[in-house]
Amino acid sequence: MKKPHIPVRFVPIGATIFVFLLAYAIGIANFRNFGSLRVFLNLLHDNAYLGVAAIGAMVVILSGGIDLSVGSVIAFTGMLIAKMIDCGVNACWAILLAIVLGALFGMLQGVLISTFELPPFLVTLGGMFFARGCSYIVNEEAMGILNNPVFNFIENKLEIPIGSRGLTLEFIDILYLVLLIIAIVFTQRTHAGRCIYAVGENEQAATLMGIPVRRTKIMVYTIAGFCSAVAGIVFTIYLKSGNPLSCVGLEMDAIAATVIGGTLLTGGVGYMIGSFFGVLVLGLIQVLIMFQGNINSWWTRIIVGALVLVFIFMQNLITKISKKSRA
Amino acid sequence: MGRFHHLKWPLVALGLLLLYNLIFKPSFFVVEMTADGYLYGSLIDILNHSSKVVILATGMTLVIATGGVDISVGSVMAIAGAAAASVIVMPRDVFAFAGGGANAMAFALAVLLALALATCCGVWNGFLTAGCGIQPMVATLVLMVAGRGIAQLITDGTIITFDDPYLNFIGNGHFLTLPFTTWIAATLFITVVLLTRKTALGLFVESVGNNEKASRYAGIEARGVKWLVYAVSGFCAGVAGLMVSSNIKCADANHAGLYLELDAILATVIGGTSMAGGRFYLSGSLVGAVLIQTVATMMYANDVNPAIVAVPKAVIVIVVCLLQSETFRSKLSLAFSRKAKGGVA
Repeated sequence: MKKPHIPVRFVPIGATIFVFLLAYAIGIANFRNFGSLRVFLNLLHDNAYLGVAAIGAMVVILSGGIDLSVGSVIAFTGMLIAKMIDCGVNACWAILLAIVLGALFGMLQGVLISTFELPPFLVTLGGMFFARGCSYIVNEEAMGILNNPVFNFIENKLEIPIGSRGLTLEFIDILYLVLLIIAIVFTQRTHAGRCIYAVGENEQAATLMGIPVRRTKIMVYTIAGFCSAVAGIVFTIYLKSGNPLSCVGLEMDAIAATVIGGTLLTGGVGYMIGSFFGVLVLGLIQVLIMFQGNINSWWTRIIVGALVLVFIFMQNLITKISKKSRA
Repeated sequence: MGRFHHLKWPLVALGLLLLYNLIFKPSFFVVEMTADGYLYGSLIDILNHSSKVVILATGMTLVIATGGVDISVGSVMAIAGAAAASVIVMPRDVFAFAGGGANAMAFALAVLLALALATCCGVWNGFLTAGCGIQPMVATLVLMVAGRGIAQLITDGTIITFDDPYLNFIGNGHFLTLPFTTWIAATLFITVVLLTRKTALGLFVESVGNNEKASRYAGIEARGVKWLVYAVSGFCAGVAGLMVSSNIKCADANHAGLYLELDAILATVIGGTSMAGGRFYLSGSLVGAVLIQTVATMMYANDVNPAIVAVPKAVIVIVVCLLQSETFRSKLSLAFSRKAKGGVA
C-alpha cells in the first residue's frame, strides 16, 4: 500500500486547523450550547475587525515585511468618521475618505520602505506613532455615532438571516468573508499575488527574474493600509463610536493570528485561509475563557504567547526538514 | 569629525530644537535650585525622563549590533515592576529574619528579584534566538505577547500600589542635586561603554553582527555573545522597569513600559546603529534617547496634549532615518546635480 504523501508545506496550515478543531472540541465537550450556531456567529462577529486587519498583516508578512501601524490606523479611521459625522458630513463620504486616506497612508509607507530602503519595522513604527497622534488631533476624547441614517441602514437592513431563530449574518461579517475570499483569490490566482510570494521568498532572486520588486512592495503596503482602514470601519460599525485609544497593540494580535495561521514571518510561505483560522483560534481562546468563567482573562495573553511559540518551533523544524530534503 | 560622524545628524536635530527654544521660549533653559537642594527645570526634566530610554537603548544597541532586535523590553519592564511591587508590599514579618533591617531586606529582595527575573527573561530570549535559531523579532514577540500576562499573574490582575521610602527613592529621589534616575542611567551607560570599548567584548559583538559564521570560525563563541546581549538587554529592561514603577509608586502590568521598546529602538537607530547589525554607537543611542525626550518635553512646555507628541516624534524619526539612509542621500545628491547646470555632485 502506498503511504499517503502530504506535502510539507501543508503541515502548518493543517496544524492550525487542528488547533482550531481541538479548541472547539474542548468547548463542546465542556459547555452546553458551545457548539450552537449563535456562538460561532458571535465569534465571527466579535473578531471581524481583527480578521480584516489580519488580511493586511498577512499580505505584508508574505512579502517579507511587517506593518506595525494597523491598530493606530484603525483608531484614526474611527475618530475621523465619528468627527466628520459630528460635523454633518454624510457618513458615506466619511467612510470613503477614510478608505482613501488609509490606502494613501499605506502607500507612503511603502514608498519610504521600497524607494529609500528604510527598514519596514522602523517606517511602520513611525506610522504607528503618527496615526495614533493624529487620532488625538481629530478629537481628544471618544465620540459616539448616534442615530445616523447610514449606520442604521447598515445595521438593520444589510444582513442575511440564517436559520429559524432570528440569527443573522451581519454586514461586517459578510464584508470580512467577502474580503477574505478576494484576498485568497488574489494571493493564489493573480500575477500580482504570486509576485508577493516571490519577493517574500527571495528578493534578490525575484529582482533577477524581472519581477517588479519595488512596485510589489508599494502595492503590499497600500493593501495593508487599505485593510487597516476597512478594519477601522468595521470596528466603528461594531462599536458605533470612535475612540483614539482603541486597538492599542492590535498589530501584535494581527501578527500572532498570522503566525498561528501558519505563515512564516520571514515571508514567502503561507496561505491566506490560515489567517482566517488564526483569527478564529485567538477568538476561541477568549470565548473558552469566558465560558469557563473562573479563569482570569490574562491567561489569554499567556496562551496566545505559548501558541505562537509552538507554531514558531514547528515552522523552524519544517524549514530545516525541507532544506535537508532539498539538499 | 572622524569617529564621531554618526553623531552629526542627531546632534544637528538636537541643536535645532534647542535653538528654537532659545529664540521662542528662553524659559526652557531656566534651571533653579529648590529649598531641598536639588535642581529643577525643563533641562533637568529631560535628564530625568530620558534616563529610562537611555537604559533600554543601551541594552537594545548591543542586541541590534548582533543583527537582532528585542521587542519584549516593555513587557519585561512590567514583569520587573510587578515582581518588585509584590515583594515590597509583603507584610514585614516575612522579613523578620533580617532583624531590625526588615525594611532594607524587603527592598533588597524586591530589587534583586526584579532584576533576576528580568535577566531570566533576557536569557529566555537568548535561548530562543541563539539556542534555537529563531529570528530575533519573532522570538522576542513571544515574550512581548505573553509578558504582560505573566506580569498580571504576578500582581494577580490588580495594580499594586506601595509606599516604601527605599523603593520610592529609585524613581523619585535626588542625589548630588540631580535626579537619582540620571545617576543610575549614567552608571549603567558608562559601565557598558567601558566593558565594550575597553575589552574585546565590543569587538565580539560587532563581529557576530557582521558575520556570525565567520566569527565562529575565527574562534568567537558566537552563540554565547548572543546569549549575553539578550541577557544584558533583559537586565536593562529590569532596571528601567524598577525606575518606572518606583516613579509612579505602583506596578501597572498593562501600561508599564508600553511602547517603550519602540522608543528604545528609535533612539538606537537615530544614533546611527544600523538595524542590519555589525556596528554600534552607544554614544549615538544616548543622544537619540535625549533627542526623543527633548521633543516630548518641548511639546509639554508648549501646552501640547501628551498624546499628540507622537506625531512630531514620528516625523522627526523618519526624517533622521532618511538623512542617514545612503539611498536617500545618493538620490538627493543626484537630483541636485541634475538641477545645477553642469554641476558635479
